[in-house]
Amino acid sequence: MTTPNPLLQVRDLRVQIGDRNILKSVSLDVPAGSLVVLMGANGSGKSTLGLTLAGHPQYHVTSGQVVLDGQDLLAMNAHERARAGLFVSFQSPPDIPGVKNNLFIRSALNAVREARGQEPLDAFDFLASARTAAQQLGLPEAMLARPVNEGFSGGERKRNELLQLALLQPRLAFLDEIDSGMDVDGVRAVVQLVHQLRAKGTALVVISHYLHLIESLEPDTVLRLDQGCIAETGGLELARSIAQTGFARSPELAEA
Amino acid sequence: MPSPTEQAAPLVQALERPYQHGFVTDIESDALPPGLDEDTVRAISLRKREPDFLLQWRLAAFKRWQAMEPPAWGRLQVDAIDFQALCYYSAPKSLKDGPKSLAEVDPKLLETYEKLGVPLHERARLAGVAVDAVFDSVSVGTTFREQLSKVGVVFCSFSHAVEHYPELIERYMGSVVPVGDNYYAALNSAVFSDGSFVYIPKGVRCPMELSSYFRINAKGTGQFERTLIIAEEGSHVSYLEGCTAPQRDEHQLHAAVVELVAHDDAYIKYSTVQNWYPGDEQGRGGIYNFVTKRGLCAGQRSHIAWTQIETGSAITWKYPSVVLRGDDSRGEFHSIAVSNHYQQADTGTKMIHLGRNTKSRIVSKGISAGHAHNSYRGLVRIAPTAQGAHNHTQCDSLLIGRDCGAHTFPYIDTARSDALVEHEATTTRISEERLFYCQQRGIDPQEATALIVGGFCQAVLEELPMEFALEAKALLAVSLEGAVG
Repeated sequence: MTTPNPLLQVRDLRVQIGDRNILKSVSLDVPAGSLVVLMGANGSGKSTLGLTLAGHPQYHVTSGQVVLDGQDLLAMNAHERARAGLFVSFQSPPDIPGVKNNLFIRSALNAVREARGQEPLDAFDFLASARTAAQQLGLPEAMLARPVNEGFSGGERKRNELLQLALLQPRLAFLDEIDSGMDVDGVRAVVQLVHQLRAKGTALVVISHYLHLIESLEPDTVLRLDQGCIAETGGLELARSIAQTGFARSPELAEA
Repeated sequence: MPSPTEQAAPLVQALERPYQHGFVTDIESDALPPGLDEDTVRAISLRKREPDFLLQWRLAAFKRWQAMEPPAWGRLQVDAIDFQALCYYSAPKSLKDGPKSLAEVDPKLLETYEKLGVPLHERARLAGVAVDAVFDSVSVGTTFREQLSKVGVVFCSFSHAVEHYPELIERYMGSVVPVGDNYYAALNSAVFSDGSFVYIPKGVRCPMELSSYFRINAKGTGQFERTLIIAEEGSHVSYLEGCTAPQRDEHQLHAAVVELVAHDDAYIKYSTVQNWYPGDEQGRGGIYNFVTKRGLCAGQRSHIAWTQIETGSAITWKYPSVVLRGDDSRGEFHSIAVSNHYQQADTGTKMIHLGRNTKSRIVSKGISAGHAHNSYRGLVRIAPTAQGAHNHTQCDSLLIGRDCGAHTFPYIDTARSDALVEHEATTTRISEERLFYCQQRGIDPQEATALIVGGFCQAVLEELPMEFALEAKALLAVSLEGAVG
């Protein structure tokens, strides 16, 4: 798919972990305000794409280009990519023992604000906006005072990712199974936040296995990844057909 | 894509930031010539116009020291110290007769303390912290002395106490750390020149934080200070010491003794932020910090808590300890020891349970980076008399990089079957996953390391007086910048 001046432009991206080729050639455009759903069997390379965009040190790009908002993403360090407006949610966000969540998120937010030329928020202003965001997402305020993800359940960790997403307001958000482990209210919060962000022009790439969530997100594009390549491109009908028949597709479709 | 090592490049630069307190104050000093014999001991005592009991005490200590060998059991590589090459007494000349007030203190000295962030005059008043500052061998001034004396609290230099409260000195000095306790304590007892003295009368809650600041300035000088804190029945005091030294190529010796005595229901909290010059990246120079600190919970329900942040020194050898003699007394030790480059730290505590229902708690956080080695060495002893004694030890090590080491030597010696002694230990690295998580949210590796280390140390930082917790956090960040790669 090609759009003039898309926010994210991925061209022939090839990625290795150690000696294994995980992404063989991925090209994709994501315009501002649009939403792409990424589907595919386990091990097809979906998470690899997110972690590669984020700059994970174990993922080695062997060739290809990635441009975010006109900037060469692959030339930047991981924290510079985040400051350029990239947010990648983690499937299993790690804990950071002893570091209070509000200090962690404020440090992140102020780093990003500084890169945007905005004034840093002090602890009071930050807390006010963090409380509002937590309330809107249906998160207990106490979560802000707890150490980052320490002792959090899987669902709570995912909600904490959502809170950071809401506060950081990225240009591009890559959400990796953010709905897994979440209860019904959590999933509803995801949908609500995604719509809000999209209305402000944030582009989204969402990995999910659940048709119900995918339908609620109203994607512009649905992609199926297979063995490190984009095997199929379509709309909601592709997601519905995968939900019905699974990932075992015929070989000729995989070439599409 | 940049490798993790390249990503850490800004850190490496920051790590190479020079020691910030390494300046030398150009001041005339009145010093004894280098060398150590009985005459040196007599000369120090004479210069300080000490009473005879103190001279005799020093001489006895010197005799003991001559017959002792330096301890070799630490996991440390110590260059032999030439005790004859050291100078044992150095005083800024203008203080020869002792300052009557801060107004008489040489402005250059006040400037030194300003540079160190230890204001001895107006700003200290605003901060509400009473400060005693020790420069090389003498105390240069104690703030708030008058205000404290209104509630009966004595806070002054050791020399002042020898002159004005000799009976307290004679009664308590050496009662917790005897002259022959160990090699460096014996040496200190023979040649100590000054230090701080605190006396809190019965039932008094000290109205402000008390603080001492130690500074080694003169070249080739050892620093041997003593601190004695006496808390009478039901009293309460919080005391903090800070230390810095100029940057010099040779090793300098700091051998201090600290004694604490807590009577019935008294509470002493003793915090240290130790930032002596650690030596350069190749391990040249730096302070040898060989210190004996011990508290005696003499009374029932007395309580002594040590908190230490050890970031400086080429070698740290110290084991702040508590002797729990009073029934129901409590001892605590909270420690953060950071070693980077070629620093060595062998530090920990001893909790000696003698009384019934005595409780002790040990929290040790060791952080090693570069080529540094960090050892926790602790002893928990439960005596036959210590019915119902309880100790909990938590000992965590954090490694940054591949060339450093963490070592744990917990000794447990219990004579009772009803004692409850618990020991938990962990060793972790700064995980790539946590670092990457921070980076993905926009936090650079340097700040991420500071955050993660701060979190690792949080349980100990919480024990510090509020005024110093921030300073300690900043110090930790500076000590470890660039250690990730």
